[in-house]
Amino acid sequence: MDVIESALRQGLGADAIIFALAAIGLNVHFGYTGLLNFGQAGFMAMAGYGLAATVSTFGLPFFVGILVGLGATVVFALLLGVPTLRLRADYLAIVTIAAAEIVRLTVGSVTLKDWFGGRDGLQAFTGTFRDLNPFSERTGFGWLTYRAYDAWVILVGWGLVVLRCLIVWALMRSPWGRVLKSIREDEDAVRSLGKNVYGYKMQSLIIGGLIGSLAGFMTALRQAATNPDDYFTEVTFFAYTVLILGGAARVLGPVVGSILFWFLINLLGGFFTWATRGDDPLMPTWLMTSNQASLVRFIIMGLALMLLMIYRPQGILGDRKELALDAR
Amino acid sequence: MRVRISAFLALLMGVLFVAGTALPASAAAPSQATSMASAPDELAIRGTLIDTTDRDNPEPVEGVTVTVTDSDDNEVGTATSDAEGVFSVPVPGNGKYVVEIDTDTLPDGTFLRNTEDVNKEVNVLGFSSTVQFQIGPDNRDTTSTAERAVELFTSGLLFGLILALASLGLSLIFGTTGLTNFAHGELVTFGALAAYAMNVNGGLPLVLAALLAVLLSALFGWLQDTGFWRPLRNRGTGVIAMMIVTIGMSIFLRYLYQYIFGGDTHTYSSYVTQSSLTIGPISVFPKDLVSAAIAVVVLVLVSLALAKTRIGKATRAVSDNTALSASTGIDVDRVISVVWIVGTGLAGLAGVLLGLSQQVEFQMGFKILLLVFAAVVLGGLGTIWGAMLGSVIVGILIEMSTLFIPAELKYVGALVVLIAVLLFRPQGILGRAQRVG
Repeated sequence: MDVIESALRQGLGADAIIFALAAIGLNVHFGYTGLLNFGQAGFMAMAGYGLAATVSTFGLPFFVGILVGLGATVVFALLLGVPTLRLRADYLAIVTIAAAEIVRLTVGSVTLKDWFGGRDGLQAFTGTFRDLNPFSERTGFGWLTYRAYDAWVILVGWGLVVLRCLIVWALMRSPWGRVLKSIREDEDAVRSLGKNVYGYKMQSLIIGGLIGSLAGFMTALRQAATNPDDYFTEVTFFAYTVLILGGAARVLGPVVGSILFWFLINLLGGFFTWATRGDDPLMPTWLMTSNQASLVRFIIMGLALMLLMIYRPQGILGDRKELALDAR
Repeated sequence: MRVRISAFLALLMGVLFVAGTALPASAAAPSQATSMASAPDELAIRGTLIDTTDRDNPEPVEGVTVTVTDSDDNEVGTATSDAEGVFSVPVPGNGKYVVEIDTDTLPDGTFLRNTEDVNKEVNVLGFSSTVQFQIGPDNRDTTSTAERAVELFTSGLLFGLILALASLGLSLIFGTTGLTNFAHGELVTFGALAAYAMNVNGGLPLVLAALLAVLLSALFGWLQDTGFWRPLRNRGTGVIAMMIVTIGMSIFLRYLYQYIFGGDTHTYSSYVTQSSLTIGPISVFPKDLVSAAIAVVVLVLVSLALAKTRIGKATRAVSDNTALSASTGIDVDRVISVVWIVGTGLAGLAGVLLGLSQQVEFQMGFKILLLVFAAVVLGGLGTIWGAMLGSVIVGILIEMSTLFIPAELKYVGALVVLIAVLLFRPQGILGRAQRVG
């Protein structure tokens, strides 16, 4: 029972928010425009480190840090978009994944330790955010409670998620959003109608990246620290799993996907930890030790991503007709 | 068809699980033994004082007093170096300590390399720590830039050749099926882990284990294509959807490897350390020389096969235009099947060799995946000769770049080149200038 409670708490907690935001950004890229951005972790890192370095290294105010983070994300999107948006989809995938690794290796390097803190990352940049916290004690409903700071992070986080969902909803029913969707379906047809496909793709990359940057801010604020490993390539892949689970090209797809994903991941993790704990565990030790227990959920996750993509590419909420992934 | 995919996945899990459950029993024993051996009976800070004034004939320094104080400035103990120059100060527990060397007790004619270096901070965490004081003038082997450049070129060339094996596999599969395989790194790891398992757990000699590992990789490729990718192609799954499937497969396999083999690095049971050979200005390990030779022979053989044999020509035809080659009577499914067998076999060989020159680890392939992509894009995605050329260039570039940038950023250099290539020459060095978007 504890396992389920804890999994529910995680399913509504900070991880779910971060991946919901990252996946909403990917939804704009991949779900609506058909851009294969495999470097969402890079966008998140630009934002997280933009904020942390501005406040912690250069001593500027918190909100300047937020602006720097957003600015860095836009620059990153432009740098990625210029060389690749004219090329085939898989080129964008390779370049974005490479760029995200460049960012991660650079901020984690000893050479730039004075700026970004190397492997230790940066701390002490959340003062202003902490001061704004209206909660002073454990907050929540019934058994679903969080520590004061976590509650504040979660409140702000879900607020941002709702806001982003509204924005995406509004954007995608506008004429601009319809152009994006038609680019996804048939780029050449849109071009022949006189639309500047390259420009639209670039705008989509920037907007999705900015939404992803909020996930980067939340990652940094959640643990009051940044660390290069928070922005590992797998973060992007998890965000894809979240998106495809919930349903791409649906406004609420990423949100549903993220809650369900983190609920299931923690449920599985909790179950296998419980099953391998103690002197006489439920699971025979030749099959699984407690060290291995934490890995099973990721194995299942990889398998789930494969099977989802094969048998139900539209996810839970999606519409198979809308998402013509087979366009190329 | 649905049944076929599920059956393949079930089979894959089954096989890996049987392998996995068979392994830990034998793998656990040595790891326990080593942890027993290294278990500290008593925590101490140790060190050896060596005078390196005469580089070829370093002399231990005897009779030097060393004092250890804890973080509250309380003296923990002192020790004097013995005839071998060794000192050891027992400490009560974990924590930060400062080790101070008494320079007055140094014998005449010996001095600290860095005269300010009398205090050293030591962090004791569960096991005894070693502290080093440099004595004598700084006369370390200062290799000239030219010598270093030659050295780096050699190691870069070797790495590039190994990379070429992996890239060739990726490029062949991409060329014939259009699939950008993000799980290719895991195929590299597969070869290394298979060789490791048969070598260390199975007790086979490394050469035999390596050969079997490559065959097993090829078999894995055939199984993957027949049981998984071909049914997906036949049901009309799009290339982008399949790309995301490969990501799922990459995560699945990587964590499965970690589940079975653990998170630490392993080495094969033989050829771990070797004395280096000196050929002209180059000094190289014999094992690396053999690896390079194997890589070159295999690359040449595959190239010749692609250029001269029937199936090779058919492969290039399918790469060029699948529909057209199908209509001229080429059995496309058979060609793709062969390509998967050869491609994963090559990836497995790359893994075996990489495990030999570096170490075996569950994410070794994932770590070089982006370099493989960089190499393939640099040479021209889908071109066969380009993949090899690109790999060698990337390998050399990575190593040589450490002359100018810190070694920790050497992969960044390669990835920046990848982006720059796409900016100025998206078709790569050997790709034809055609629309790629």
